[in-house]
Amino acid sequence: MADYLPHTSTEVEEMLSFLGMNSMDELFAHIPAAVQLAQGLDLPAGVSEPDVAASFAQLTSANRATTTALTCYAGAGAYDHEVPAVVKALGSRSEFMTAYTPYQPEVAQGILQAIFEYQTLIARLSGLPIANASLYDAATALVEALNMAHGATGRSKMIVSAGVHPHWRSVIKTFALGTGHEIVEVPLHNGTTDLSLVDVSNAAAVVAAYPNYLGVLEDLTTPKEIARANGALFVIGGDPVAAGVLKTAGQWGADVFVGEGQPFGTALSFGGPYLGLFACTQEQIRRLPGRIVGETVDSNNRRSFVTTLRAREQDIRREKATSNVCTNQTLMAVTAAIQLGWLGTNGLREVATRCAQGAHYLFDRVVEVAGVRAVSTEPFFREFAVTLPMSANEVISKMADEGILAGIAVRALAGERDASLATDNENVLLISVTERRTRSELDRYVKILEKVVAK
Amino acid sequence: MSRTAAPGGRAASAPLLGHEIEPTLFELSVAGRSSYQLRTTDVPATPLSDLVPIEHLNDEVVKLAEVSERDLVGHFTRLAHRQFAVDLGAYPLGSCTMKYNPKFCDAVAGDPGLNSVHPAAPAHLCQGWLELLVTLEATLCTITGMKAATLQPAAGAAGELTGLLLMRAYHTANGDPRRRVLIPDSAHGTNPASVTLGGYEVTTIPSTDRGLVDIEKLKAELDTDVAGIMLTNPNTVGLFEEQIVEIAQAVHEVGGLLYYDGANLNAILGVVRPGDMGFDIVHMNLHKTFATPHGGGGPGAGPVAVSARLADYLPGPKAVRLHDGSFDWSTPPRSIGRVHGWHGNALVLARALAYIQVHGSDGLRRVAQHAVLNANWLRVRLRATLPAAYDTTCMHECVLSASALKADYGVRGLDVAKALLEEGFHSPTVYFPLIVDEALMFEPTETESPQTLEALAQALERIAALAVSDPERLHRAPQTTPVSRVDEARAARQLVSTEDAAGR
Repeated sequence: MADYLPHTSTEVEEMLSFLGMNSMDELFAHIPAAVQLAQGLDLPAGVSEPDVAASFAQLTSANRATTTALTCYAGAGAYDHEVPAVVKALGSRSEFMTAYTPYQPEVAQGILQAIFEYQTLIARLSGLPIANASLYDAATALVEALNMAHGATGRSKMIVSAGVHPHWRSVIKTFALGTGHEIVEVPLHNGTTDLSLVDVSNAAAVVAAYPNYLGVLEDLTTPKEIARANGALFVIGGDPVAAGVLKTAGQWGADVFVGEGQPFGTALSFGGPYLGLFACTQEQIRRLPGRIVGETVDSNNRRSFVTTLRAREQDIRREKATSNVCTNQTLMAVTAAIQLGWLGTNGLREVATRCAQGAHYLFDRVVEVAGVRAVSTEPFFREFAVTLPMSANEVISKMADEGILAGIAVRALAGERDASLATDNENVLLISVTERRTRSELDRYVKILEKVVAK
Repeated sequence: MSRTAAPGGRAASAPLLGHEIEPTLFELSVAGRSSYQLRTTDVPATPLSDLVPIEHLNDEVVKLAEVSERDLVGHFTRLAHRQFAVDLGAYPLGSCTMKYNPKFCDAVAGDPGLNSVHPAAPAHLCQGWLELLVTLEATLCTITGMKAATLQPAAGAAGELTGLLLMRAYHTANGDPRRRVLIPDSAHGTNPASVTLGGYEVTTIPSTDRGLVDIEKLKAELDTDVAGIMLTNPNTVGLFEEQIVEIAQAVHEVGGLLYYDGANLNAILGVVRPGDMGFDIVHMNLHKTFATPHGGGGPGAGPVAVSARLADYLPGPKAVRLHDGSFDWSTPPRSIGRVHGWHGNALVLARALAYIQVHGSDGLRRVAQHAVLNANWLRVRLRATLPAAYDTTCMHECVLSASALKADYGVRGLDVAKALLEEGFHSPTVYFPLIVDEALMFEPTETESPQTLEALAQALERIAALAVSDPERLHRAPQTTPVSRVDEARAARQLVSTEDAAGR
């Protein structure tokens, strides 16, 4: 019998008697007896926090954590970056954690200003003028980008590179069941998108990934030109860490940028809560999904912040709204602002550079291992795919025994008949390197891989 | 009943040092300062231009901010001090269930065995996570009276849309796609927006003068083109739809499905289950009912539970228990596909399970009882000050109206809400539901004490007295908060959403 209720039994009696009632059951007397639970829920009785902690300890011990048991080379949008004590401490302040959506700006300037700073940072990293206050994750941000493209063009055909993360593509197909959008996937060739394979006419959006999910940096000049020539929005799904050194989405000519913000201060967390990044051009502002914070003044002329352009949102436009997003991922956005504040201009550049240096160091050695070859000859940033002489799952399993999470089996990520893959995909392994990997760890990776594939 | 107002839940004593604006992170920036420290890796520092072709490199530096760690801490701590939160005081924001969020649940989620697991790790390396998801799914099904669930949706609105896509998949598989979804006029705005995105047309059902669904008008709209109905029960005026069984029967008779919007599930935990009322699809807001912190606007989690006939359509992959007792991923045979990039807001799911296990079957029922007790006590306590729109036994929230204050003294609901901030309480939800004039929707939640409720009532009495004596002061309220009323029109008229747009 445990709970967080303050009422003493005397107080409960007093309150009931104030209502002219004798028992709690009377509060529910107007609910038809036929549907009320006679016996209560068929769940165990409540237990104390230490008891629950003990049962959770059983669960957590059946996981292999990247902090203790496994050195992480898995990525695909979820990266093992440094999250310093200061970011954890500030991001977990209870004023940020236990607030609701900032509906009353007079007592929500903390969250509102932090979001304003977050919007500024994301706008700069995407090279676009407008960023919203966050969406659930990159995949659902892409759904919103397509809905925006539909609103902007009145068209429903979405041209999507198979270099876009397979899970994001799966998510947009799911939501297309409701919107009726036609999703046309463009297959990869040598790890890059070949737009000549599809009919782009009458498209609402052309979607490219930068880098693509196999790590490859594609030249986005042609996709942009094709999008422009056909009157479609050009959407880039990108790695925001890359923006520390590589061309921004805006510089590539994107109308919309979406990305996964997990690398900015959020632990791997088994995939959530993460952070959907969304930025766009000024032209699309009236179709922006989710919330946006704007600067204004209070009645005493002091600088203040408030959620604005509210007329777009679901609670006002109801069935005419172009997005149903209400709750987003504010705490992760605030955390990202703190992490980017900690990194600063030079820190982000250094993280991005070290990711690239580590990945190339490892790539050069991994492709020297007998039987291992690169999937693509194209340039990459911090992640790359290789074909192994045996199943990627088997290699991951054996290397895990040596304390290494070797990467991600691409077939497990993409599924068997994905447009991004060649037929012998069972052996493809996706490897990612962050700034946290040391040279000795990378050397050990190669050594263990040699041993595993030699068997 | 009047009692001592010695509340734990009033934040009027919170120290606020001064009323100056907080500089932005960018205003604090000094070129050359830094706070980051990275691991020593000894990886060769090959120039980037040797690794990546020049046409991919940005020849400009993207400027962030450059601050010391001390300034970073000062800035975000001062921002935290400009933010109201449940941990500071009572947050009776109707429909949002801003109850106390146990610290224990945060500690559970902070375990590296949960938060440092990669989402693409093979199943044999994350058996604990898979078991957690299987256990939570079963638990949520027990609580709602459903057969199976997806834990992927990241928030309530994502759950709604997922539920509507399940509805669509079910009807489509039966060769009978249908076009319309019925929604009461008191529904949350996410409902109609989700219906549109689900590819359906909204038909609005009016409420009666008792605040309940007008069942005759509902029946008049029912035909074989109705895919289903979305209902919140208790509804958004805090009342239980007493004719729910009859509604369910009528909708099922024409082949429609019933969707339960779980925004108000807190009111009925362990008392009555959506499945037993006849619902086919249920979404839950774990950040409301199961006390996971709302984070200033997220993350939430919006699992969707369904009856047996819809289970095969659920998003996948799902965690499942195999015959040998181990756990793996499996996609339902007719799955609509993924609705999240990975497995949903996993750490939110873990917190919710911890919360449910602490409470257990008995504790969850007490949660509902005390939530309903608090709301009814407040409704009756304030009868003379702010009458309820529908003065009958309510559930976990009560919708009061400032209609009389407006008519008599020109004081609107918004003025009352703003003045309450100065009293150390968060405002109720204002102007919702739309069917109530000058609505003030109070949801005290079960974790506020009778003393806090009395203090809240007395604060509202003082505000009502001011409406008579000094209405102008209420129009200007609040003045003691970090900022006073903000110029929302200006914010919308000339959008300044970044430091760059501000020209700083």
